[in-house]
Formats: sequence, structure tokens, C-alpha cells
Amino acid sequence: MEKTWNNKAWFMVLPVLVLVAFSAVIPLMTVVNYSVQDTFGNNEFFWAGTDWFIQVLHSSRFWDALQRNLLFSVIILSIEIPLGILIALNMPKKGFGVPVCLILMSLPLLIPWNVVGTIWQVFGRVDIGLLGYTLAALGIPYNYVNNVFDAWITLIVMDVWHWTSLVVLLCYAGLVSIPDAYYQAAKIDGASRWSVFRYIQLPKMKRVLLIAFLLRFMDSFMIYTEPFVITGGGPGNSTTFLSIDLVKTAIGQFDLGPAAALSLIYFLIILLLSWIFYTVMTTSDAQN
Amino acid sequence: MLELTNITKVVGADTHIHPTNLVLQRGSLNVLLGPTLSGKTSLMRLMAGLDKPTSGTIRFDGKDVTGVRVQDRSVAMVYQQFINYPAMTVYENIASPMRIAGKDAATIDREVKQAAELMKLTPYLARTPLNLSGGQQQRTALARAIVKNASLVLLDEPLANLDYKLREELREELPKIFAASGAIFVYATTEPGEALLLGGHTATMHHGSISQFGSTIDVYRRPVDLVTAKTFADPPLNTLAVVKSGGSFLQDGAPLLFVPAHLADIADGPCIIGFHPYHLSLDGTSDAAAVLPARIIISEIAGSESFVHVESAGARWVMLEPGIRNIEPDTRVNLALDTRHLMAFSTDGRAIAGRLDRAA
Amino acid sequence: MARISLDHIRHAYGPNPKSPADYSLKEVHHDWDDGGAYALLGPSGCGKTTLLNIISGLVSPSEGRILFDGRDVTNLPTQDRNIAQVFQFPVIYDTMTVYDNLAFPLRNRRVPEAEVDRRVKEILEMIDLSSWAKKTARGLTADQKQKISLGRGLVRNDVSAILFDEPLTVIDPHMKWVLRSQLKRLHKQFGFTMVYVTHDQTEALTFADKVVVMYDGEIVQIGTPAELFERPRHTFVGYFIGSPGMNVIPARIDGTTADLGGGQVALGFKPEIASGAKVELGIRPEFVRLGREGMPVTISKVEDIGRHKIVRALFADRPMAIVVSENGEIPSEPRITFDPAAVNIYADSWRVSDPSLANGRA
Repeated sequence: MEKTWNNKAWFMVLPVLVLVAFSAVIPLMTVVNYSVQDTFGNNEFFWAGTDWFIQVLHSSRFWDALQRNLLFSVIILSIEIPLGILIALNMPKKGFGVPVCLILMSLPLLIPWNVVGTIWQVFGRVDIGLLGYTLAALGIPYNYVNNVFDAWITLIVMDVWHWTSLVVLLCYAGLVSIPDAYYQAAKIDGASRWSVFRYIQLPKMKRVLLIAFLLRFMDSFMIYTEPFVITGGGPGNSTTFLSIDLVKTAIGQFDLGPAAALSLIYFLIILLLSWIFYTVMTTSDAQN
Repeated sequence: MLELTNITKVVGADTHIHPTNLVLQRGSLNVLLGPTLSGKTSLMRLMAGLDKPTSGTIRFDGKDVTGVRVQDRSVAMVYQQFINYPAMTVYENIASPMRIAGKDAATIDREVKQAAELMKLTPYLARTPLNLSGGQQQRTALARAIVKNASLVLLDEPLANLDYKLREELREELPKIFAASGAIFVYATTEPGEALLLGGHTATMHHGSISQFGSTIDVYRRPVDLVTAKTFADPPLNTLAVVKSGGSFLQDGAPLLFVPAHLADIADGPCIIGFHPYHLSLDGTSDAAAVLPARIIISEIAGSESFVHVESAGARWVMLEPGIRNIEPDTRVNLALDTRHLMAFSTDGRAIAGRLDRAA
Repeated sequence: MARISLDHIRHAYGPNPKSPADYSLKEVHHDWDDGGAYALLGPSGCGKTTLLNIISGLVSPSEGRILFDGRDVTNLPTQDRNIAQVFQFPVIYDTMTVYDNLAFPLRNRRVPEAEVDRRVKEILEMIDLSSWAKKTARGLTADQKQKISLGRGLVRNDVSAILFDEPLTVIDPHMKWVLRSQLKRLHKQFGFTMVYVTHDQTEALTFADKVVVMYDGEIVQIGTPAELFERPRHTFVGYFIGSPGMNVIPARIDGTTADLGGGQVALGFKPEIASGAKVELGIRPEFVRLGREGMPVTISKVEDIGRHKIVRALFADRPMAIVVSENGEIPSEPRITFDPAAVNIYADSWRVSDPSLANGRA
């Protein structure tokens, strides 16, 4: 379908453009400004060139945090995407079960990030948390405060709990758009459950899966609030992701220059990776 | 009067509409006939103002409306899908364009009831569209288009999603309804039979161009080229490449059939002859008939008539025979071709006018 | 291929049906021959799709049994019934190539790859898509996609029946001709049992050996195209088959003549009609002769549709359609006569046969 031609439509999006300018472009330019200068307060700035960038890129702190970020994203994507698809496939397609499931699925998405962090921070506490206490009572050693493995598990389980619903809802939307005739034809052709998934459901879910994948990647790569609330980046630096490191550098140490350089690098990494994923996934789609 | 002058529509690398000129008179019914993707919908969208032409001008009653938006034109449109407001009753659906126009309640009531009567919807006014049959839903959409009192009403295959018999009924009713209104009606269809039943004028479309425009029966009987003749034929037009030489049409140098009187004075040389399936028969014996040996491929019986697919003179044709003709495949038969209506085309597909056509 | 027996089948979508009105499919009890081509013809909501779904196993009937070659399949799911189906909108696996689409049903059934290759190539040839084998199915036109849907049914040699659910809906008129005659040729050549659901009489009549006309959940007539045209058992069949449909005129029977108000028609037999029944005379527009003799009519409109003209007239104040040939003339003081062999008499909408002839109402 061709678009309706109407020049006045541009005026409608003008407020958004202004908003984006103030909320994104101007702060971004400020960051660029900080990243190439040095300051000791009093609004005195000295030209630093690419010094901060070089410093950041040579620090093991940055590379360690980046590795943690990538590991975290890979783990949660490899859990949430298949799990989300699996749940979506098993959701009822009609009847009263549909609204019930949809509401249940939407619940975690409605809770603010910091509250999610707090819930899990309390939930996992060995002294008063339901999870932590139960595990301790069962004799399973669990303590996210001083055990690296436990801290990671807690963050991953929390993220899966919080965000799998998003993948489910997107996949479900893709699934319900498939006409019944496809399933009937597949039955008649003697297709197995796997073939139905591989040749009917997956192709129809491809577009929404791409969106789910990108959203979950970007979100998980930028995770901040939850680890900040639950582990505070610890034990040690084991859950110090780039975002937490960035805040420590900027607010904790007031190293505005390196922090600005770090945030720009961070921003570029997300942009680059998202673009790569998008291109790879859409070109493989076009080739078919 | 709607005038399209040198209208084109190009989207990216695709030309949807090649330069087109068309003049539609007030109070006329105009059929756009052509297969899917021949440009019918694109042309209608340009007429409606939903799309802006890449070049050319559109005038309505002499006034240039090329850049005028659809909201500011007096246009009503009916689509293949039954588009109504699902939450409103049939009454409110029909009334909606008049409410937008701000007419008073008494006028609205009178016009809704009048349109409902015309469209046989009076018993259903209180229902919502989803509780109606497909035919009633489409009647509601048609009634809404009519009360809008637009000067241009565009109907894009409005009967395509209806049952065969319902289509037949509405096809009979629609010309009457159109005649009662003073608007310009444009009706797109893929079916030649529908164009013939509706009458009026027909523009045959092919690959984004209008190949011919004129009174429907005239376009059907005197197509200007082979493309038009083929577009306007269902069952498909039968054709054969021959060479005219004096009083005979030759194939591979041998005489195949005589040249009928109305084509006697066309120039000698290669040409393509075309004729409709009902001009072939198994037992025509009039003087106007040429006899051609043929092999039966398959017979299809359609109740009052039979479609017999045959192979003759190296070509595949369809013969339309009245009554039930179930002939076994591979039977050898002699076909009689009624040459009085034979059409001739040059090898590049332009119609060659015979003596009678020029007289007419 | 199989013979399909519908044994006292009834179906209601709601629970606990009581009156006949609760059934969307009233009693169907018929045997359909092995290798026959059947069309289920009727308007929307007549139950034809329900019946098709009962045969394919997508719907299980509220009452009755369905048998393939005498084997009860009533409770078998679709995949165990060995049927093939072509849907209204083409169903193709659009990430696969044309070849893989056709191979799919065979590979699912673990047919050896050499056999798959042989059969797929044979079918590609049959449906004229050999040159498209390696292309992705997504880029094809609607009629090509529909041919693939059909091909996926044909490729299996174990199918009991091929079912068609209004398969030509999305196809252009010109392609309909091509597909229809191809289908007909395939049927003649290979003798599949085929069941074809449509509301389009031309499709039904051209496709089928036997047309099953359905109306309001009931089968009103099963017959060859010729029978449906010449001897409609019910006025609905007369109306539904033929374009325009049969003229149905209220009549009063007096011995062997029918009084139509505007004139009298000799019947050549004495119909036996129960008293109080609504009596009508049916005559198809093709069998009304327009000339200077007979009963007077008033012409209201002439539709020239190319191959013939449809004359809309008023006869005894009721509309009547008359078909006049392409070169036929229309007299200034028009009168009509009926072809005596084509006159049918109806009592309460059902045809009354000539008792001296055996081929009456069964």
C-alpha cells in the first residue's frame, strides 16, 4: 500500500523532533565535549584530545567490564529467546485462557526496574528472603553477597523473570497471525511438530523475533539498576558492568573526562553491535 | 466531468500508470476492466486523490484538482473488502457521511431510509454489520457511498468477495441505482462478463495503460487491438496466425479458410485472426461457416452450455456449445467457424478494420 | 483413491441440538464413488464447508459415520486419513523452494530420496512448474502457488481423496480457465476422487461429474450438470444453477394444462398434486422463445452480453428473463412460447414428475 501524500504531516512530528533534540542530541554533545577535555572544577577546561579514549581503551577495567556485559547478554539472550518462543507456542490461541495468560505475562513488565531489583535483593537474602532462607534451610549454600556464581545466577534469573514475557508477547503476536489453513495443510502433509515450527511458525515469527532480539540485546547490554540495587557491582568487581563502572568513574571519582569517553565508546559499541545483528538478520531474510 | 490529462504514476523504478488520457462524463457508468495488477486500483487512487500523479493534471468540471487531497474532494469509495464501522448499526453506518457533512436530523433520516430501501436493507437498519451476510454488508457500504452524494463514486471490485448468485443480483440492480444518481461511477473488475452486464462505458487496462475506452459493447465488438480483445474475452479469445492471400487465409502456404466479406478488402500478408468461442460450433451449416478439422482435448459442461477445448490448425481453442456436449478426448471432429464476426489484427497486434467496421 | 461413504451424518456446532434448525448440516446419507469428481455447490452458510471439513477430519460430526472404502475413519484425525486439501488462499512453505515444497509430504513420510526425486519431477512436469523447481516459493503468483498446493496432494500415491475449498477465489478469470482445464485433465488421466467446494456454478458444473447442491444444511439434489440444468428437483436448484436462474411462475393446474394467468401451457402429462400445495411452473430463460406467437410479454430491458442477449421482461406482472441469441431479433409486439420438453412443475418447491416416466423424483 502506498502512503497517503500529505506535506502537512511533517508538522505533526515536529514536537517529537524538538523533544529528541533536547533529550538526546544536546546531552550527547555535552558528553562529546567532556570526552575531549580535562577539568578540575571551576568550569576550567583544558584540551585533552584523544587522551581519555586511549586511557579507557588501555585499561583492563574497561575490558573486564565489557567482557562481563557480553557474557551477560549472551546468557540471557540464549535463555530468554528460546524460552519465550517455547512459552508462546504453548499459550492458548482462543478461549478465556488467552486474556489470563496475557495479563500474567504482562505483570513483570509493569514493575519498575529499581523495584524489580529491590524485590530480588530481598527475595534472595539469607536472613529474611524467601528464596535465600529456603535454600539455606535446605542446606544449599547460597549467598549473592559474597559468592560470585550466586550473584550472577541471581541477576540472570531475575532478568529472565523480568523480560522473558516481552519475548513471549512479541512471538505470540506473530503466531496468532498465522491462518488456520497453514496448520491444516501441515497436518495433511504429515509434518512433524518440529517441521511445523521450522517451516511455518518460525518464518512467520522472524520479524517479531528480530525486534525481540534487538530490544533484549540493547536492554541487557545497558543493564544498570538491578545489579546496582542487588549486588552493587560486587562481590569484588564480579558484577561491575560497563554502566556501573561508568557511574563509579563519573560520580564516585569525578573523573568526568574518562567517564565521558567511556560512555561514548559504550554508546558506539551498542550501536555497532545492533547494526551488525540487524544487518545479518535482515539480509539472511532477503536471501531466502 | 472528470478529465485525466497525460497522467502518469511512477513509484521507484516501477511505472504503475503510463501516460493516460481519459474523460468521464457526469452521470456515466465507467468500467475499468483488466487482470490483477493491470493498474485499475492505481488509476482509481489517482482519481480519488489518494495518490498524487507523477505528472499530468486531473480536472473536475474544468477545475484543476491535481493536488487537492481526498478529504477536500467529493469522492466516495467502495472496496472489495466489506468496510463498515463494526460498532455502529446499519442505520448509523449509512448516516455517517451525512453526520460528518453536518446535515440536519430530518434530512439524514429521510435519506438513510431512502438508500436503505434502494439497497433492500430496511429490515436490517438496527443491526450491526457483523450480524449481516456478506451481501448485506456490501450493500451497506454501497448505501453509504450513495448517500454521501459524491460527484465521483469509485468501486474497486465491489462484488469480488460475494457469492456468485448475490453478484448476479447486485449486477442487475447496480446500473439502475447508478442511473438514478447524477454522479460519475467508476467500477473496476477483472471479469469481462461483469463489464458486459453493467453496460455503460469500458476502459480496458493492460500493464498500466488504457488500451481502449468507449461504449462497453462497442469495445467488446470492435476492439482496437489484440490486447483489448484478449482482455475483454471470457472464455479466452481464440487466435491464429495466418497469411491473407486474395480470398483465402493461408497457413503454411495452404489455404485454411476463406476470407469473409467484411475483411475482403484488407491488404494481403501475414495477420492474426481472432474469434470468440461461441463462433465455433460442431454443426453450423450456414454459408458464413468455414470448416476446420480439430481434435477434442476436453469438454467442460456448464449446465446450459459446454466449453469444449479443441486443438485445430496447431492452436488451442475453446468452443462454446449450447446444451450438453460431452465429447471424449482425442475425438476428431469438424468445427464450423462463423466467419461473420471474425476479427483481424496485424502481426504487431493492431486491429485491421474491415469494410463493415469502417461503415459502422 | 477411495470410495467415500457418508453414513447418516448430521452436525450441529452448538451442544444438545434439538430441532432440525439447530443442525447446520441436516442428515447426509450418500456414497461417493471411487475416482469420482464431486462438487459441493451452494450459497454461504449452506453447510458445504462443514461437510468438507467432516470429510477431511477437521470437524467430527455430531452424529453418523464416515467411511473410506468401508473403513470407519470417523474418529481418525486429519493426518491419518490420507487426504489432500487445497485451500481458498494458497498455502505454501515460503522459505522452501518449489521443489522442497512438493517433496515435503514425502520426506515427512520417510520416502527414500530417489523416489522423492522421481515423483517430485513427475509432478513438476504435470503442473508445468519444472523451470521453477529451484526458486523460492515466495515469489510466485497466486495461481502458481495454488498449483503447488495441489501438487503437494498429487505427489503422494496414498491419498484417498483430494479436497478443494474454493481454490480459484484469488485467481484471475483468464487463469481460472487454464487451471480448471488442467485439473479436469489430471482427473481424467489419474482418476483421483475429488471433492470441490464452491459457490460458483460454472466452477462446479465444469469440474464435477456429480454436483451436490446444498441449501440450508441440506442436500437438495445430487446430479450430473445436465440433470441439474434440465430437471432441477427443487426451485432453489433452478434458481441457483444457470445464469440467469430459472423463471418460476405461479400456476394453476387443470388436467394437463397449466394456467399461468398470462396464458396457458400444455404439459403433455397430468401432474399429481396434493390439494393446498403451492404450484409453480419452472422454465429456464434459454428455453423461452421470443417471437410473434404465444403469450404476450412487456420488455423492460435488454442486456447485450456479447455471446447472447438477456431480455428482462414482465409476464403476467412478474419479472421474466429470456435468453436471445447473438443475432436474434426482438419483435415489436413480443410474445413467448415455452419449449415443452423444458417445462417443470413444482409443488411446494419440489418437482412433480411425469408418472409415466421412470426418472422421477427419487
